[in-house]
Formats: sequence, structure tokens, C-alpha cells
Amino acid sequence: MELEKFSYDNKIVRNFALATIIWGFVGMLVGVLIATQLFHPQLNFNIPFLTFGRIRPLHTNAVIFAFVGNAIFMGIYHSMQRVLKARMFSDLLSNIHFWGWQLIIVAAAITLPLGLTSSKEYAELEWPIDIAITLVWVVFGINMIGTIIKRREKHMYVAVWFYIATWVTVALLHIVNSLAIPVTLFKSYSIYAGVQDALVQWWYGHNAVAFFLTTPFLGLMYYYLPKAANRPVYSYRLSIIHFWTLIFIYIWAGPHHLLYSALPDWAQSLGTVFSIMLIAPSWGGMINGLLTLRGAWDRVRQDPILKFMVVAITAYGMATFEGPMLSLKNVNAFAHFTDWIISHVHIGALGWNGFLTAGILYWLVPRLFKTELYSKKMANVHFWIGTLGIVFYASSMYWSGIVQSLMWKQFTDIGVLQYPNFLETVLQIIPMYIIRAFGGTLYLIGFVLMMYNLIKTMKQGSFEANEETEAPAMLKEVKDKKYSHRWLEAKPIQFLVVAFIAVAIGGIVEFLPTFLVKSNIPTIASVQPYTPLELEGRDIYIREGCNNCHSQLVRPFRSETERYGEYSKAGEYVYDHPFLWGSKRTGPDLHRQGGKYPNLWQYLHMEDPKSMSPGSIMPAYPWLITDQLDITNTAAKIRALQKIGVPYPEGYNQFAVDDLIKQAEEIALDLQNNGAPAEADKEIIALIAYLQRLGTDIKADKIASDK
Amino acid sequence: MMRDVLQSVEGISLYPIISMIIFVLFFAILIIWMIKVDKNYIKKMSNLPLEKEDENGIINTGELNEK
Repeated sequence: MELEKFSYDNKIVRNFALATIIWGFVGMLVGVLIATQLFHPQLNFNIPFLTFGRIRPLHTNAVIFAFVGNAIFMGIYHSMQRVLKARMFSDLLSNIHFWGWQLIIVAAAITLPLGLTSSKEYAELEWPIDIAITLVWVVFGINMIGTIIKRREKHMYVAVWFYIATWVTVALLHIVNSLAIPVTLFKSYSIYAGVQDALVQWWYGHNAVAFFLTTPFLGLMYYYLPKAANRPVYSYRLSIIHFWTLIFIYIWAGPHHLLYSALPDWAQSLGTVFSIMLIAPSWGGMINGLLTLRGAWDRVRQDPILKFMVVAITAYGMATFEGPMLSLKNVNAFAHFTDWIISHVHIGALGWNGFLTAGILYWLVPRLFKTELYSKKMANVHFWIGTLGIVFYASSMYWSGIVQSLMWKQFTDIGVLQYPNFLETVLQIIPMYIIRAFGGTLYLIGFVLMMYNLIKTMKQGSFEANEETEAPAMLKEVKDKKYSHRWLEAKPIQFLVVAFIAVAIGGIVEFLPTFLVKSNIPTIASVQPYTPLELEGRDIYIREGCNNCHSQLVRPFRSETERYGEYSKAGEYVYDHPFLWGSKRTGPDLHRQGGKYPNLWQYLHMEDPKSMSPGSIMPAYPWLITDQLDITNTAAKIRALQKIGVPYPEGYNQFAVDDLIKQAEEIALDLQNNGAPAEADKEIIALIAYLQRLGTDIKADKIASDK
Repeated sequence: MMRDVLQSVEGISLYPIISMIIFVLFFAILIIWMIKVDKNYIKKMSNLPLEKEDENGIINTGELNEK
């Protein structure tokens, strides 16, 4: 048979590899900084752009989308060309994809510290960047499908299936979750409100973990592990089952992020049941990976690449067992909102994503540069120092999560909270925060060693941008009944459609009842839209990223109703665009904050938290006191919210600013009467208005019914 | 409470049944497929990434290997 000559595009692979290394360093450095701020809050240097609430999203976005994202593209562009025996469909599209993605990352690195955020976790970027992500993702998709269509290998290896499922699902998740109504170039409101927004967000959040941090990496595992171990995958049959079961089940489990929340109970139970089922495909994949090394374990001892991969796959197995356990309502009641979850995600991020990426880089870079790895010894040191870092990180966070949760729930003999002051439980775990930062630093040092090692490797080798190769052309369709499944796996478009249906079913089952019934959320008559001033205050709350440390969701437990007040009802959130439930309580819940303290307390506390709560680790927000509240867009905000169903009276936007000024003057007057040099036109006034409103609407209802 | 609300949707009783049928069918089809799948195909596919650098002596030319 005649062989066709063609070349692999190695340049794009190298570019993505460099981007992976650079952004990985940046993302982890920011991680160490925010970890340190948790016991040294002054390390924000009183600069708004470096404050925890703003750069925590920068850390998560940098690690997920910049580090892991570029690693995914590196692996996909390298492995796909080889298993399909074809150069990427278009060099131009490859380059647009690469530079487009880097520009998006830069845009994120600029806008997030500026406080331009949607507040939705892992989807914080504002709408123009969301559109850019969509466009780049489409470019990536065309490039990928184009390559599959012009391939020379008739059958698609299972890794490619994972890539296709990743592409189609991330597209679906990103678009559905990012739907928002723009107010200005960098301000928008989610079109969903309250409970619906929470459901959509955690359907997204959960499946972003599934289809950005898991499925593409499983695809990479199925290619690079056999390559590094030099033996085929343990069971290809199992990999097929793994693939279909995983993508089908994963999508249903999103509501497990909202257990004991105001989400309808049936949706919570659905999330739990499917999370437990997820153990099967996840462990199927892990076992398939580990058993690939059967008979080669002696090599694991010598080869750092295999070491990284084995720990990565083991971390995957641990995290995917822990996840379903955390989805059990009783475990979740204990672990949610604590550092336990931080530990859980870092087992995944540092272990699974970080170590698999390291393994692939150590394998790939010497091959791209036609040389040996500069120092195997250094790679071994990286492995051990990184592993030690993970151990310090995870164990300190487990400890801190368990201790704090026990303290939150501890009652005395006479039935009152033993630690009624939230701060007491924080001070208890500060040593754990220090150990965590130490563990993170160790991991970062290991990463820097890898950077050095790889750069040295690149320097000593010679890079070949276009790797010449040859393969026989793909045979034209031969009718062969023996391979009946070929209608599916030999045809990328059909495959894409079927994969899309498989993932869409779970989403539809979850969403349909919630969206079908207009009155699905029991409305509470006394719940009213925010006043213009409160709305502006809420936007400051979003800008400063308060939701990164404070939840707004009191769960129906005695320990929480004692501490915070009445548990949260779904109907209280109907005007919350977006919802601000949060996912972590580094500070106390704020849903019943309204009326809890006088305005003066809030004022002084924002100016310097330590003055009101000695030992507090909350950063100070002095700029809120000096900066003038921007009211140029207040009317536009009211109009935008009206369009998505918030019942402000017709034409209210014309009076909004008047109302705002009136309310601001009342609050300022109260502050002045109590001795604070407050001015009515400052940002702090709006924030206080919002904080004092939080969770008070149902109290009004109670007062009315008492009368 | 949620049940009362959901009952107001017409034909909602079919909803869990349809969900269940889709769910069971999915796994039934997957299992049948895996039982019937061709062994040569499995063998060829699992060796696909190893081509060229393969030290096991399996040469993969893009055609299915004969037994």
C-alpha cells in the first residue's frame, strides 16, 4: 500500500507546553500568596487589587484554565495528531487557538484583580471575555473535528473520544451558565436568579471539574501512560465502558454541591444517588490505569515519569472516592463550607492534574527536542518534594476542616453554642493555615525545579518544528458487518452528537422541573427587590469577592439557626441576580446579617476588622470609606434587572438615583450621629445598606403577621 | 411541598418513568455492545498508541491485525 508523507506540527505542542509551565508557575504563586494572606492579612499591602476576595478567583482561574487548560491543549495537539496519523487540520486555527487562549488568560489576570467579576465560581469572567472564550473554543472544535475527518487511521482511539466529549460538554456548560444581561462593558447580571442560578452554577461547577479537569486528563492518561510504560492499556473494553458511563452519569451529580440548601429536596437526592454511582466508572478508570503497569512495577521505582503518573492516578482514585462520600448528606452536613473541601480539590488539582501534567511534560519535552531529560535526579527530587507538599497541604486542611466543623457544632450541657463567636473557631486553625502555605510552597519549589530541568532540556536538544512521518491513506468505506459499532466510533460527527445526547440527558432531567414550573419556588410576599442603594452595595460585595469567604445560606441545623438565625428559604432569593450563596466559610455566614449590628459597627469593621474583632483575618477595606460611589449606571442596572423579571415599577429607573441619595443620607446621618466621619456619597454607605438588608425581608413578614 | 408544586405540571407522572427507561436502556445497550464487540478490534485499538516505539514487536499498519 502506498504511504503518504506528511508532518506532525510540533511547534504548537511546544508553545502550549511553554504556556503550561509559565501559567502553572503564576497560578501556584498566587495560590501561595493567598494561602499566606489567611494568616497575614496585611500581605494585601492595603491594595484593593491584591486582596484575597479578588485574587482567590485569579488563583482558581489561573490554575484551572491557564495551567491545566494549556496542559490539555498540549496533550491533545500532540497525541491526537499521532493516534489519528494526521497533521492538525489547520495551522492557522491552531495558532488562533493558542494566542486567543493566552489573550483570554491575560484578560482574566487584568480584570479579576480589578474586581470585574460575575461572582460565579470558576466562571467569574465578565461577558466580553466569555464571548471570546466561546469563539476560541469553536476554533478549537473546528480544528479538532477537521483533524479527525482528514485522519488516516480508520478508528478513533479512546483518548480522542474523551477529547470530543470534553469539547462538546464544556461548550454546553459554558454557554448555559454564562447567560447574562450586560449593563456595561464589564458588568452584567446572570439571567437566572436565586435557586435557579445556584442550580445552573453548580451544574456548571461540578461538570467543569468533570469535563475540564477529568475527561481530557483521562484521555491524556489513556495515551501517555501506555506510552511511558510502553505497554497497551490494561483493558480497552473497560476504557469504553469507562468513557460512556462516566460522561453519562457525571452530569447528573451537580446538585451535591447544594445539599441542605434551599434547593428542592428531590434535586438534592438525585445529586447524592448519582454521585455514589460515579464511583464505579471513576474507579474503573483508575484500575485500568494502574493495571496497565502490571508487570512493570519495577520500572516505576526507577522512572520518575511513571512515579508521577502512578501518584496522579492514585490521587484521582482518592478524590473520586472522597467526592461521593462528601455527597452523602450526613458527611456533607459536616464537611461543607470547611477546609475539608479545600483539601479535596487540591488532592485533585495538585495530585491528579499537577502530577499527570508533570509526568507528561517530562516524557514529552525530551522527545520534542530529540534529547534526553537534562536531569533525572532533579525530576526525582521534584517528585518527592511535590508529594511531600501534597501531604502537608492535604493533612493540614483535613485537620482544620474537621476541627472547625466540630467547633461550629459544639453545644454546652445547657444547650447553648460552646463557641458562639465565629472568630474563636478561626483562631484555632491558624496554625493549620501556616502548614498549608508551607505545603503549597514545597509544591511550588518542586514546580520550579521542573521548569529549570525542562528549560535545560530544551537548550541541550534541537527542536524540530515539523516532524516528518508517513502513513497509508485511510481506506475508503469497506462494507464489513463484523464491525457494527463503526457507525459510531469511525464517524466523528455522529459520535459528537451521541456524546452530546448522553451528557444532555442528565442536565435536562435536572433542569426541566425547575424551569417548567414557573411557581416552583414558593414566593414569600414580603420579599422585595433591592433598593438602588442596596443594589449598588451588592455590586460592591460582588466586586470585592466577599462571597469567596462568606456564605449567604443558613442551613436548617440547630447549630446554624442558633448561630445565625432563621434558616434560608428558597423564596428569599428570587431577586438575587446572581445568587451569592458562596461555598466556603472562612468568615461567618451573612444571610441574617441585616440588623445584627448597628451601622457604626459595620463602618468601623470595614475600615479595620481588627478594631471590632481582635485577631480577625479579614482584610481591611479602607478604600470603601474614601472612594465615591459610582451611580452613573444605577438607572441602567435597574432597567437591565427589569428585563430579566425583577418587578421594579415601570419607569423606576428615573427615580432610582433620587431614592438612592435619600437612603444614603439617612445612613450617613445615623453614622454621623454616632461619631463616624461618614459621607453619604461613599461606597461604604451602599455596602452597609446592603448588609443591613440581608435576610431581613422575612422578618418583616413575621412582624406583619404578628400584628 | 415540592411534590404539590410539581403535580401542577401536566403529565409530570410520566417524567420519572421516562428518565428511568432512558437510564436503564443506556446501560443495557452498553453491556450488549461490550459483549458483542470484536476481539481483533479491541486488540488493534489497545496497541494503537504504541506504534513505532513499540518494543513488543507489534507492528501496527492501520489495518486490523490477523490472528
